[in-house]
Amino acid sequence: MLVAQVTPGGECGLRKLLATMNSKPGMADPANPVLPFGQFERLHFARLAVLDDPTLGDIEAHGVPRPRLPVYLTFVGSCDGPAGECIADLVQRSGTGLRQIFMHCDGFDAQGDLLTWMQAHQRQLAANYINWVGRTVRQIKEESALRRALAAKVPRAPLASAAQAQQLRRELINFVDAEVSAGRLGLTPPEPTPLRWQIAKFLHLVAIPLAGLILLPFLIILLPLLIFILRTKENSDAEICPPPDRAVLLELQHLEDYDVTNQYTAIGSVKPGVFRRWLVTVLLVLIDYTCRHIFTRGFLARVQTIHFAFWAFLDEKRRLVFMSNYDGGHEAYMDDFINKVAWGLNLAFSHGVGWPHTRWLLARGARIENKFKHYQRRHQLPTQVWYRAYTGLTLVDLKRNHRIREGLELASVTDAQAQAWLRLL
Amino acid sequence: MSTILSEGRSVELDDVQGLVRFAYKHLTEACFLLLRVQDAAAARAWLAQVPITNAIKAALPETALHVAFTSEGLRALEVTCDLREGFSVEFVAGMASDTARARRLGDVGANDPGKWKWGAGERVPHVAVLLYAKPGRLAAWEREIEAQYAAGFVCIERLSTSDKLREEPFGFADGISQPEVDWERKRPVRDQDQLEYNNLSCLGEFLLGYPNEYGLYTPRPLLVPQRDPDALLPRAEDAPEQSDLGRNGCYLVMRQLRQDVQGFWRELDRQAQGNAHLRERLAAAMVGRTKNGDPLVAPGEVNNFTYQADPQGLRCPLGAHIRRANPRNADLPRGARGILSRLWRMLGFNATALERDLVASTRFHRLLRRGRKYDAAPALSATEESTSADTGLHFICLVANIKRQFEFVQSAWMMGSKFAGLTGESDPLLGHRLPDPGDSPTDGFSIPQADSPDRRLTELPQFVTVLGGAYFFLPGIHALRYLATAHSKGS
Repeated sequence: MLVAQVTPGGECGLRKLLATMNSKPGMADPANPVLPFGQFERLHFARLAVLDDPTLGDIEAHGVPRPRLPVYLTFVGSCDGPAGECIADLVQRSGTGLRQIFMHCDGFDAQGDLLTWMQAHQRQLAANYINWVGRTVRQIKEESALRRALAAKVPRAPLASAAQAQQLRRELINFVDAEVSAGRLGLTPPEPTPLRWQIAKFLHLVAIPLAGLILLPFLIILLPLLIFILRTKENSDAEICPPPDRAVLLELQHLEDYDVTNQYTAIGSVKPGVFRRWLVTVLLVLIDYTCRHIFTRGFLARVQTIHFAFWAFLDEKRRLVFMSNYDGGHEAYMDDFINKVAWGLNLAFSHGVGWPHTRWLLARGARIENKFKHYQRRHQLPTQVWYRAYTGLTLVDLKRNHRIREGLELASVTDAQAQAWLRLL
Repeated sequence: MSTILSEGRSVELDDVQGLVRFAYKHLTEACFLLLRVQDAAAARAWLAQVPITNAIKAALPETALHVAFTSEGLRALEVTCDLREGFSVEFVAGMASDTARARRLGDVGANDPGKWKWGAGERVPHVAVLLYAKPGRLAAWEREIEAQYAAGFVCIERLSTSDKLREEPFGFADGISQPEVDWERKRPVRDQDQLEYNNLSCLGEFLLGYPNEYGLYTPRPLLVPQRDPDALLPRAEDAPEQSDLGRNGCYLVMRQLRQDVQGFWRELDRQAQGNAHLRERLAAAMVGRTKNGDPLVAPGEVNNFTYQADPQGLRCPLGAHIRRANPRNADLPRGARGILSRLWRMLGFNATALERDLVASTRFHRLLRRGRKYDAAPALSATEESTSADTGLHFICLVANIKRQFEFVQSAWMMGSKFAGLTGESDPLLGHRLPDPGDSPTDGFSIPQADSPDRRLTELPQFVTVLGGAYFFLPGIHALRYLATAHSKGS
């Protein structure tokens, strides 16, 4: 995630430039000359968004004067492999376009080294969710092509027996083998995870609980006090949930529903004071931990529609920005959140100024439907440029396509497995 | 005073328009008049005394009359801006207001509001007058009403209806699945997960001013009592110091849907290659019920069933019309008893539960349907020539939250090409068939078969075309009178 301040006079020109990169409102043209996203084979999603927070004044409800905080440009991509390599690749192949964009940012030196500048503006994410860790763009595209080929090939008359299912599966395997040999389908074997990553992941897996263990005695001692502070704040913090401005809402909606997947970018101020700042920091560390080690295979608790999601702090943890790529329409996304994981939303977001009142950190809050819906739309920002590598495919599609491939690659299967596999086609 | 205004007071049935409670099956004649205001003062004068049918059951009426307003209508009647702004964003904007909404609702291609007979631009109605009457009574009564409103309104569209109420034009029994409305307010007001599907809906899902399924009051225009000096309006339950313009009212969504009856059966003949038995079976699979209304998933049951025992859609396809429109599921997929199992499912760790969790919490997305079909009887086969080109449904549904109920069902469930993990198909009856981004088709329909690949119908043509539509507010009767007084007037 790259974050850079927009120069005072640069915002207008920047917005104009970003608009030229789109083929539909907010939807990047994969071949646009500024940054032809489609050429980067390892890039899943990317977005460029101007972070201009209209809710900065809300913090006055806590008796804190409205801060003067900068307008940022953020550039976020989700790619396979190390981030450093992806950025270097971008610089190498689209340096001119990137310079065109970043010349609207503070401290950008047109003569200087682009890669160094971009690295200097990288931000650490506070938490990072990946729907299926290790699934590459190449794999997604190959498996999608595989499903299409098999779906078109498979006869659809009911099968009389399990033996027939086994026979049909063998025929389809032979068909795929032939297609692969002819170069019409590809089934590249997955690359092994680098040892360095595995070690880092293991260390992270152990280090966080260890740190927790060390802090546990202090936590136990402080717990009554912390709970008292929490409950007091939950009862007294201001709720700021007016309906979003209608024109702004319409502007957001004009960027949505051109594909089966949509984008979401939101920003807000963290409630003032040490307590909330520490609490949100700790909770995001825990969320990041569960995303990295537990929710790595297609679901974030009950939500199965998020491709990638990120949380990042801005301005010394005074503000938090959240971004996601999700399947379905905005209303369905929010209803899913409210009905399936309202408790999770409260954990992650109730530290934002104005959030609907929570109880015990988990209850109410996002369950207060209208307040929550107003809140999230009011804090949402338009994503000026959004790219995705695989239009028309949802996470359910990706999962099914992968299961088709897995079933294809098994040496032998039971009759029931063969039948279940054919049902996927 | 305080006891009257306390929470949970009983419903003022004499203030609710009867349409919310009754479908008027015995009033077989009906027509819907779409009016525009000509003279605001005369229009208000008529509205102040128009005889509205209320929801008291005492005697079944001989005729019934209902009045609903669009937000443009409220503007034309010179209702103050702040009152209008108190309604939901969708109502204020209108059904045909912008391309983003059109994309969500599937109003694209042949359904584009630019091609509508009514409901867009200069053809947005201000007021809908819905007339129902016993056989033979409509014509005279309509003339009478017409004479009354003529000074204030001009009729831009008269939507006639057919008196054959049982079947929709394709020939299927219609209007079977309806939520049961909790008129007695038996459901406790609290926000709690429902672990079983239940057809009983909180009153607040269909009437403003009462708690909804979240145990909350849907936002609606509330005003200080000084603005209602004659105390016409009831007080708000959740804010007793304010008058509630929404109480006992709801939103009425109307859409004119033309059904290509011949095209439908011709296509099924093509898919069945002339096999009459197969043709009926395919049609039933698309609908999810047989023609006489028997649900495929539970023959013999009328409305008392779920899809729990048919997760793969072997009995009723996942994408069947009635399964999309009402998936009949609870807030959490079923699992073993006990708090641990529940926690496990809440965290997504139960793989089977997760697979059945793509669509959940139906209770927040229910519609009270009050549509009527129009014009000719169904053409029974492709060879039987039907002379009428315009046959279809005047779809009407009543909701308290247009976005969460009507728009959600229409966009996520009916038009959604990825509903319940399907791909390449939208609603088999309503789909517009235009390809998705990435050029993936939406004109298929898959019929799961045991232990075999799905049977797939492909290249279905469009059977249903939207010809018009609008979002109305169907006020409580006191609210209607209030809107006709000078107190609601202003710029």
